[in-house]
Amino acid sequence: MIQQKIREIARELLTKKEVDLIIGFGEGTLPLRATPVFIRTPEEADRLIWNSFCDNNLATYLHKFSRFKVGLVVKGCDARAVTALALEKRFKPDQLILIGVPCQRMVDRKKVKKAVKGEILQAHEEADILFIRGDGFETQLRREDFLYTSCQVCTHRTPTQTNVLAGEPVEEHPLLKTHPEVNEFEKKSPEERWKFFEKETSRCIRCYACREACPMCYCTECFVDSSKPKWIGKGLAPSDLEFYHMVRAYHQTGRCSACGACERACPMEIRLTYLTQKLNQEVKERFDFEAGIDRDAPPPLSTFETEDKQEFIK
Amino acid sequence: MKLKLDKKELASFLQSLIDRSDLYAPVKLAEGVSVYKKIERSEEVDLTLLNPQKPMKEVFLPQSEVMFRYEKVGKQNQISSMEEVKRERVIFGARPCDIEAIALIDEAYLGKECTDVYFLNKRQATTVIGMACNHPLSTCFCLSTGGGPFVRKGSDLFFIDLGEAYLVELLTEKGRAFREEKFFKEADPKDLALAKEIEEKASEKVDSSIPVEGIEKKLDVMMESPFWDQIHEKCIGCGVCTYLCPTCHCFDITDEGLRDCGQRIRNWDSCLSTLYSQETSGHNPRPTGRERTRQRVMHKFNYFPKNFNRIACVGCGRCILYCPVNFDIRQAIKDIQKG
Repeated sequence: MIQQKIREIARELLTKKEVDLIIGFGEGTLPLRATPVFIRTPEEADRLIWNSFCDNNLATYLHKFSRFKVGLVVKGCDARAVTALALEKRFKPDQLILIGVPCQRMVDRKKVKKAVKGEILQAHEEADILFIRGDGFETQLRREDFLYTSCQVCTHRTPTQTNVLAGEPVEEHPLLKTHPEVNEFEKKSPEERWKFFEKETSRCIRCYACREACPMCYCTECFVDSSKPKWIGKGLAPSDLEFYHMVRAYHQTGRCSACGACERACPMEIRLTYLTQKLNQEVKERFDFEAGIDRDAPPPLSTFETEDKQEFIK
Repeated sequence: MKLKLDKKELASFLQSLIDRSDLYAPVKLAEGVSVYKKIERSEEVDLTLLNPQKPMKEVFLPQSEVMFRYEKVGKQNQISSMEEVKRERVIFGARPCDIEAIALIDEAYLGKECTDVYFLNKRQATTVIGMACNHPLSTCFCLSTGGGPFVRKGSDLFFIDLGEAYLVELLTEKGRAFREEKFFKEADPKDLALAKEIEEKASEKVDSSIPVEGIEKKLDVMMESPFWDQIHEKCIGCGVCTYLCPTCHCFDITDEGLRDCGQRIRNWDSCLSTLYSQETSGHNPRPTGRERTRQRVMHKFNYFPKNFNRIACVGCGRCILYCPVNFDIRQAIKDIQKG
C-alpha cells in the first residue's frame, strides 16, 4: 500500500538523518481534502497519508526550505516541476530526496461538491468509489467521473528523476487525449477567445493564490509587485487583471509542468489551465519539448542558439 | 409588529428597492462563485450560496476604490473627491456574520482616533437587510465568536426564510421606514412559531465549541513562541484568507495617472504578502511567513481585542473553506489555547 510505503521511506530517511524534514500530505480538516505536512522525526512519519485528495504541488515549498535537506513527496507532475526547477538551478542536487508516488489521478473536490445537493460532511474512497455523506444524504460516486481535467489528460503519472518510488510505475495512458477546455478554446474565433478570457479574469481578486501555489513562480520580485518601474496598476481594472493573467501564463511557457495547482488554488474558480495547457501544446508541437522530463534539456524559450533547429523561427 | 413577504412578491419588492436606491446583493459570477454587487435587475440576486466568496464589507470598503481624481485645466489643478455617496443604498441578503463584521470595522474606521469618511458616508447611506442562516455550514462557528445564525444585531430589517415566504422584522429607525411597505403583510402566529423552530434547528448546527475565550491573554506571552515556526509552514503566502475575511480591513494607497490627470486609489492589502511590510529602504520587519502568519493571528486575537474588547473573527469559515492548503484557523485557535 502506497501510504504505508511513504511512511516507511520517510521514517528511514529521518532515522538515518539523510534529510532534515519530509514534506508530504497529512489528513485535512475538511472532507475531500489533504493538507501539506512537515515531518521532522521518525515518530511523526505516521501522520503521512496518501489518497486522491493529495492535490497540492508540494514543490512550491522548496523555495521556502532552500536551506534544508528536504525529502519531498511528489506525483508525476510535481516531479516534473522539480526537474524544471533543477534546470533553473534553484537548489543543489544533493539537498533534495524525491519520494515519487505513481499517481492515481486526483479528485476535483469542486466537481464533487457540484454533483451533490447539500453540504458534504464526510468523504472517503475505497478502490474506485467515493463514499460521500452529507447533511441528510448519502451517496456513492465513481472516482473516475470526478478527476481534475489536468489529471485526465496526464501522460506522466509516474514520477521520473526520483530517488525512490513508493509504488509500482503506472501505465501512461491519458483518459482524455486532449484537454477539452483547450479544444473548446481553439474552436473559438479570436473575438470569442478574448471574450472568454475577459470573463474568466474579471473574477480575479488579485490574491495571487495561483502564483503562490505554482512551484515555477519564484521571482524575488514579481512584476505585479514592482513599483520601480510600475508595470501594472494595482486595482481591479479589467486591463490590469488581463495583463496579470496573460503575463503569468506566458512566463510559464516551456516551464509549466501541467500540474494544475494554479487553478486548484483559485478561490474564484477562474479557469487557468486552458491557457497554460494551450501554451504547453504549442511548445510540444513547435519545439518537441515538455517541461521537466529531460533533466539536461533547458526550456526552449530560455535558450538561444544561432543554429535554431526549428524552421518557423528562421 | 412582525411582517412577512410572500416569495412571489420578492422580485417586485427588490425592483422597488432598485427604483428608489442602489441595491447590493449576492450575484452569481460562475457556478458556485458569487459576490456582492450592485443590482440592475431583480433576477440577478442569487441566494443559493450561504455566503458569497467575497464578504459584504466590499459594499462599504470596495476592494479597489478611487479616493479622488485630479486634472490640470489650464494652469489650475482641479481635484474632485469621490467620498460623496449620491444615492441611498440597500444591502439585501447579508448574513449575520458579515453584518457583525461591519460593526467591527466600525471600531477601527469610525472610532475615537480617526474617521474614514469614505466608509462613513457609505455606512450612513445604507440600509441593511439581514438574512437568517437556516442552513449553516459545518465550517461556521459564529456561535463560538459571539454571533449566531439568527443574530439581528446590525440589521435594519431581518428576513427569515419560511419556505413560501420570508418573515420580516423591522429593527431600527431605517428598518421601520418600511412599515408601510406595500409588499409586506402581517405575519400570523403560525409564521412566528415556524421561524422559532427554524432558528433552533439552525443554531444546533453551528459549532459553539471553538475556544476563543481568553485567547488574547494566551497570545500575550507568545510573541517569540516556537509555535509560529510550525504554524506558518504550510501557508503559501497568498491573500485568500485576508481578502475573503469579512473583518480584515487593511488597504494600500497608490496613485495612478499622468502629470496632467490621474487618480488616487486604495486597494485591499494583505498582511500575508511580503510587500505589505516592506520598507522603502528594502528592510522588511516581517521577513518570513513566520512573522506574517503571526501578524494575521495576533491582529485578530490579540491586538484587536486589546483595542476594542473583542476578537476580530466572526466565525464565517471562509478562510477555512477557500485556503489552497487547508490552513484551518479553528485548529490554530485550539493549539494556541493548549499553550
